[in-house]
Amino acid sequence: MNNNIVYALYDDDDILLTSVKKMKEKNLNVKEVYTPFPVHGLDKVLELKETRMAITAFIYGCIGLTFGSVLIYYIMISGEYKSWPMNIGGKPNFTFFKNLPSFVPVLFELTVMFAGHLMSLTYFYRCKLFPGSQETSPDPRTTDDKFLVEIEHENFKEVEKFLKTTGAIEIKKKDDK
Amino acid sequence: MHKESRIRDPLIDGNKTFHDITVEVAYPVEGKANKYWWTLFGLSVILMLWGFGCIAYTIGTGIGVWGLNKTINWAWDITNFVWWIGIGHAGTLISAVLLLFRQKWRMAINRSAEAMTIFGVIQAGLFPLIHMGRPWLAYWVFPIPNQYGSLWVNFNSPLLWDVFAISTYLTVSTVFWYIGLIPDFAMIRDRVNEKINPLKKKLYSLLSFGWSGRAKHWQRFEEVSLVLAGLATPLVFSVHSIVSMDFATSVIPGWHTTIFPPYFVLGALFSGFAMVETLLIIVRKVVNMEAYITIKHIEYMNVIILFTGSMVGIAYITELFMAWYSGVEFEQYAFLNRATGPYWWAYASMMTCNVVIPQLYWIYKIRTNIIATFVLSIFVNIGMWFERFVIIVTSLHRDFLPSSWTMFSPTFVDIGIFLGTIGFFFVLFLMYARTFPVVAQAEMKTILKSSGSEFKKIDNEQ
Repeated sequence: MNNNIVYALYDDDDILLTSVKKMKEKNLNVKEVYTPFPVHGLDKVLELKETRMAITAFIYGCIGLTFGSVLIYYIMISGEYKSWPMNIGGKPNFTFFKNLPSFVPVLFELTVMFAGHLMSLTYFYRCKLFPGSQETSPDPRTTDDKFLVEIEHENFKEVEKFLKTTGAIEIKKKDDK
Repeated sequence: MHKESRIRDPLIDGNKTFHDITVEVAYPVEGKANKYWWTLFGLSVILMLWGFGCIAYTIGTGIGVWGLNKTINWAWDITNFVWWIGIGHAGTLISAVLLLFRQKWRMAINRSAEAMTIFGVIQAGLFPLIHMGRPWLAYWVFPIPNQYGSLWVNFNSPLLWDVFAISTYLTVSTVFWYIGLIPDFAMIRDRVNEKINPLKKKLYSLLSFGWSGRAKHWQRFEEVSLVLAGLATPLVFSVHSIVSMDFATSVIPGWHTTIFPPYFVLGALFSGFAMVETLLIIVRKVVNMEAYITIKHIEYMNVIILFTGSMVGIAYITELFMAWYSGVEFEQYAFLNRATGPYWWAYASMMTCNVVIPQLYWIYKIRTNIIATFVLSIFVNIGMWFERFVIIVTSLHRDFLPSSWTMFSPTFVDIGIFLGTIGFFFVLFLMYARTFPVVAQAEMKTILKSSGSEFKKIDNEQ
């Protein structure tokens, strides 16, 4: 499988976008695109599914809010305090609801903390990003100013001819390195 | 596709290509430090060590080595704390709020502004820590199960809200900053030659988390950045609101006002932007970023300083008005004493530096002049330190019992710790400027075609 991968290198984001569109029209199997910066519209052209990162953030936020509420409820209302209720600065801790206004800041912070951190960890997990990961793109120039498209092909000559018409500046087989 | 209104000024000067941006952002990391850097770094290290010595002296001997007394039991420490937290506000405002508003000019400055935020919050965090007297028990501020029966933290206390607000702010800002840094670290990693510099290659490989720039990763990257910005925006406003509640929920005349949260948040943005300007005007010169951090960027920041400075001025006047209008004589005296009492000079410096001087930014020539901006930003930094000093010390020094009225004078330890945090801050910032990509280069590349001066010229000719 490895020997029928071809890399096409582009040096402009607009040319890249129209080329990927053409490849899709030609029903070429575009495996991956490596870019130095987010190219807007590329995910639509590649027919990538919408990412669900924002949904995870919402769920984590809800978990944070629940965790905060349970924590505060246990510490301030129901736990050991129950046998020794305290009136702190005119804010008696008999019921959660009556005390809620002064709990809002901490509840808010915990919601944000859970949503922010857990979403970031999910992002690292899903993208397999971690310190020590050795993965890089096939061409180091893709973090500088080049755009690389990885295509699976059946007939190299034919694909090469087609890619040249799209404005690729370099075309090579995977094992050509 | 990359059209932008032609009346908008370019945000990237000169005839740049994507590759130029890479080279110029990587330059300070790859090059050697010049003697200005070493001089500044050496001075900062000396200040930092002096500060650490004063901190050690404080912890070893006790809080008594500070200038605090029974009447003024909060002074320089909390003033410095609020000052640093305020400075730490512009970074997240620039990267989060301006991202939500799709302000392209944020991209050149958000990396450094956020570094400043994180380093500023670290300095701020030192003050409550050492004021505890026994900092090795600092973990007591967290709700940790313990062996002492019902010994829990009090969730009704604004000081505990501070613990949660500041730890959330520091950690979420750091993560937000780091996620943006990963593609830029990958850029540096791919430029380092493994044979010449294997350690550097290894270091930047570790830092870049194996980033490869796949389309799906960029899609997630953008959504994560947007959501983090959405989360960080209310966070910025909440943090300084909560800091202001340390004062506003108490019953001290001069502190007990409902205007405090918005007033503090605006003051924080005001001082934060001033510090961003102080730092960036130096940075853009030292590491040759003048093409990316342009006069236009400085002008935009000056407009924000003018706006927030005027709002802070309104808050000062509202406070005076409300004190009079409330009819409470203690409140009236607190403000009369603040403006005309023995600390009148602090009040006058605050008014001059924060309200009067920033009004100069109405003049186009001044807000587009680099030297004027630098000088004015220093004035704002000083003014905002005085604002916190005025609020804290003048409200305390003449309390309810006239026999205990007194004045505050800082000891060398107070001053030493404050200078030490300035040194520590600059040590961190200078090390950052030599090892991190100081401009978010991946993001800059996305706006090159719409906001680069050469591209705009071609666009206008068509």
